[in-house]
Amino acid sequence: MRSDASAPAIQLSRVSQRFGDYVAIRGVDLVAAPGEFVAIVGPTGCGKSTLLNIVAGLKPPAEGEVRIFGKPLAGLNRQAGYLFQADSLLPWKTALGNVMLGLVLRGVADGEAREQARGWLAKVGLRGFEDRYPHQLSGGMKKRVALAQVLILRPKILLMDEPFGALDVQTRQLMENELLALWQEDRKTVLFVTHDLEEAIALADRVVVFSAGPASRIVGDFPVELPRPRDVAEVRLTEDFLKIHREIWGLLREEVMRAHAR
Amino acid sequence: MRARVRFFQAFLLLFLVLGWEFSVRLGWVDAFFFSKPSDIAARIFEWFKSGEIYGHLWITLWETLLAFLIGTVFGVVMGLWLALAPTASAVLDPFIKALNSIPRVILAPIFTLWFGLGVASKVALGVTLVFFVAFFNTYQGIKEVNPVVLANARMLGASGRQLLQHVYLPSAASWIFSSLRTSIGFAVIGAVVGEYLGAAKGLGYLISQAEGVFDTTGVFAGMVVLAVFVVLLDWAVSRVEARLLVWRPEPGREGGTV
Repeated sequence: MRSDASAPAIQLSRVSQRFGDYVAIRGVDLVAAPGEFVAIVGPTGCGKSTLLNIVAGLKPPAEGEVRIFGKPLAGLNRQAGYLFQADSLLPWKTALGNVMLGLVLRGVADGEAREQARGWLAKVGLRGFEDRYPHQLSGGMKKRVALAQVLILRPKILLMDEPFGALDVQTRQLMENELLALWQEDRKTVLFVTHDLEEAIALADRVVVFSAGPASRIVGDFPVELPRPRDVAEVRLTEDFLKIHREIWGLLREEVMRAHAR
Repeated sequence: MRARVRFFQAFLLLFLVLGWEFSVRLGWVDAFFFSKPSDIAARIFEWFKSGEIYGHLWITLWETLLAFLIGTVFGVVMGLWLALAPTASAVLDPFIKALNSIPRVILAPIFTLWFGLGVASKVALGVTLVFFVAFFNTYQGIKEVNPVVLANARMLGASGRQLLQHVYLPSAASWIFSSLRTSIGFAVIGAVVGEYLGAAKGLGYLISQAEGVFDTTGVFAGMVVLAVFVVLLDWAVSRVEARLLVWRPEPGREGGTV
């Protein structure tokens, strides 16, 4: 089967996942169009990461079907780049070594890979940090390296699992703006998981709300019609932003309360 | 701080050596059983001056290095294999535990019988010690690979062989290297115990010969040479380790700049 340009980038149909007796997500239907930035919010432990792992092909779903550009997903999703929540850089490789890794694995010549990796490090603002090892970088710098490491392979789909969750507020807004600028260049399909509703609205075209776990499902799907390009700090102050926030928060609050009650 | 530690170390050494020397000289302990530091130092000097020690040192070093290399290579290869092949690991587990429970000294006479009085029997004894250290550390190192780093490398497109090269081996390296210093000690034990129980050359042979004629000065002199020998080897390994593991954060310096 050929992948189809007009097909959705990501299409999940009745997808469920369980770990032993624990049902993490149940009956999830989700479609993301090519070039769409979709944020997924929900209370902690609602199976958001589980969903990303399914789309990445790291863990096949217990039930349901995943289609990537119209093609059923079998094994790892080769169209996707994955930005993990935890530190995922190889600690024994330098920043440059980490960024060029994907190219090296694909058999790109060393010099060429090195050249491209330098370019990408510069692009994420880390010129001059090529020879640092991950433990010599701050949290924000590590995230930039991880972003360059993923983007250098030019994936059509970008999966992001609370990538900026561990950063301080200033660094975080900086990174969010840089992410938007990079995304604006070639409009990848993005699935962005976060528990921060403001971050979700500021970044995304659509916000999908998950219910509290176990057996999480989608309880809301809201379009975010804010003009682009956006500045994540400024957009938060606009009337439209607050209106969307109020609307989604009404629903999300219930789920957060339910998660806490448990 | 460092200078103070060095000072106290030197002081302690001097205190012990002088205490020993004068206990013997004042007749508190019998020189026949305990010898004395000045005699031991004279003996060591004599060994190096006449050059008779070099042949023994060379043989022991050669046996140690061979046992160390062969044992480590086998251990790492087996550790890699069993850590990545759960079925083979489950099948072989009781065999490995049983083999590792054998006190190696018991093997020395058998190895002498099999491999003769020369270098081979000592190397074989050392290998049985070194192998398990390298094996268990490699196995553990592979098992403790960070799952997020592994998933990341897979998402970046690493094949099985590439995962081994870029993730499993470097991750296990810090475990393997910390095992090397233990291993070199075990390799020395294998060589010296083997020589002690039956050989024609080597530091263990030298000590055993001295013991045979109640020459306590010779025994202590052999022990001193052996101790210095092991310290030098350990230092060499730790230098290699520091060079190869530059990526590892120094303890207490996690986090780095800005």
